Amino acid sequence: MNLRKYLKVYKKFLHTSLASELEYKTNILVDLITAILSLLGSIFLLSIFFQNNGYIGGWKFEQALIIQAIYTILNGITNTWFNPNLTEIVKHIREGTLDFVLLKPIDSQFFISSKKINPSGFLEILLGFFLLFFCIRINQINLNLSFLTLSLITISCSICILYSLWFFISTTTIWFVKTWNAIEVLRSFLYIGRFPLNSFSFSLRIFFSVFIPIAFITTIPSEVFLGLSVLWKILLEVIVATVFLITSRKFWLFALKFYSSASS
Amino acid sequence: MVQNIIDVRNLSKSFDISSKEPGLKGTIKHFFRRQKKSLKVIKDISFEIKEGEIVGFLGANGAGKTTILKMLCGLIYPSEGSILVTGYLPFKRKENFLKNITLIMGQKQQLIWDLPPIESFYLNASIYDLDKFEAKKRIKKLSEMLEIDEELFIPVRKLSLGQRMKSELIAALIHEPNILFLDEPTLGLDINAQRNLRKFLQKYNKETNATICLTSHYMKDITSLCKRVICVHEGAISYDGKLDLLLRKLSPVKEILIVCRSEQDAIRLGNSGFTVKNKIKNEITIKIENNSITSSLKTILNNFDIEDLFINEPPIDEVIGKVLIKKDYDI
Repeated sequence: MNLRKYLKVYKKFLHTSLASELEYKTNILVDLITAILSLLGSIFLLSIFFQNNGYIGGWKFEQALIIQAIYTILNGITNTWFNPNLTEIVKHIREGTLDFVLLKPIDSQFFISSKKINPSGFLEILLGFFLLFFCIRINQINLNLSFLTLSLITISCSICILYSLWFFISTTTIWFVKTWNAIEVLRSFLYIGRFPLNSFSFSLRIFFSVFIPIAFITTIPSEVFLGLSVLWKILLEVIVATVFLITSRKFWLFALKFYSSASS
Repeated sequence: MVQNIIDVRNLSKSFDISSKEPGLKGTIKHFFRRQKKSLKVIKDISFEIKEGEIVGFLGANGAGKTTILKMLCGLIYPSEGSILVTGYLPFKRKENFLKNITLIMGQKQQLIWDLPPIESFYLNASIYDLDKFEAKKRIKKLSEMLEIDEELFIPVRKLSLGQRMKSELIAALIHEPNILFLDEPTLGLDINAQRNLRKFLQKYNKETNATICLTSHYMKDITSLCKRVICVHEGAISYDGKLDLLLRKLSPVKEILIVCRSEQDAIRLGNSGFTVKNKIKNEITIKIENNSITSSLKTILNNFDIEDLFINEPPIDEVIGKVLIKKDYDI
């Protein structure tokens, strides 16, 4: 793979996509207001849950806020990169414009996963980081190199798992053509990621760890922040992320053999 | 000797399709239990195309033209048979193969809708690993050939269909491909835009010796660009050869309208052994076989007092229309 070429193409993707989005100023403004209101609403909802009982699943409100912060960052990443690109796969397949992507001398997965960017998602990422730094202060977390490295690893793994899940569902469009519902179900499950995994019953915990790995997406990175995570959990997260990434890649290449293109 | 750039042998393609009975009952049945059947859309076809050739694929809707084109450029896996394009197996979509081809579809677009076409050109240039200077040079050359300039800086959504198609061509040709696959490129364009596009393709083929495979329902596209046509009927090739030979075969006679000086001359001409289509006063329309046109006209001009004479070609659409419904042509 020619890394220089891919960097050059990604720079062009960023440029064209930002230019396209900036054509619609009002839309960006609405998205920004929505992001702020959505975060305030989520914190308010979380505070209601903790109003009567100081602890949920062994987590204090201040600790649970870390999960909310990580969720906000991941949701921002979803809205910035995954949502504009991966929902477009469905459109590409339904309308047959995937033909143009497949005939370009560039990796098709890279192309369809990174062509677009939604700048309003950046604010959500920024808000998430603000909230995270606020949580670090109120929880009196000691920032050191190993803590930062582990946090970075677990958050990167969360992003990989989230991307792979989304990409996997979008790829099934090649057979099923319409998969909007499946993506909406995935998004609904991700909302659950705003709450500590321990706050759910045992059976749900198993479900959210094995079938829809919400636990790996928000809870484990949050545990790292609070110094609650054990090494095997972090290693497991790395393994799960790697398996998800490789599987989604293989699945995409396999699915392309069944692509029949839309009729003219 | 000119080399074969495309070599297709015993190619077949089948698709699994599901059918649905009408009405609510049919819909519910279709939802729970789909009746699938395999449909062979391309049936054991073979042909080769030489470098620099312009070949038109003719056929009715659903005959399989686009499927053939998409298999040639590697978008669809063939079920049986072999395809070699510039020595590559298309469906492997190797980088060097992809740098050599392009696909232009009249009904689909790759330009970024909200931005001026120039942005899409530079994006494509970076995908084909062209530097800015080279890209600029190629854009300038192609835009001059297509006579488009200021429009390249206006958002695509505000351009006319003709301007958009010209821009699509630049985006698709910026990497100077050797093989162009064109699927109904003039669809929806007005007469002038169609003519300009054809002129451009002729010029491009002449200057670069690029091979062009074209499907179109506009017969003018086929007759003005393609010397050779491949007729596809229900997934099989019904004719592969020169277009003029096919036209002569399908339309062996020409109609000639002769204006005589007097009505008596017209009557005399009508009784002299020619097949008469109709006669109104001193005007008579006769049918003459293609291979005896010159000798027949010589006889008429020598023996009758003729004021004027018109040779009418049968409408091309009518002639080609016969191809779309016939299975086989032995020429």
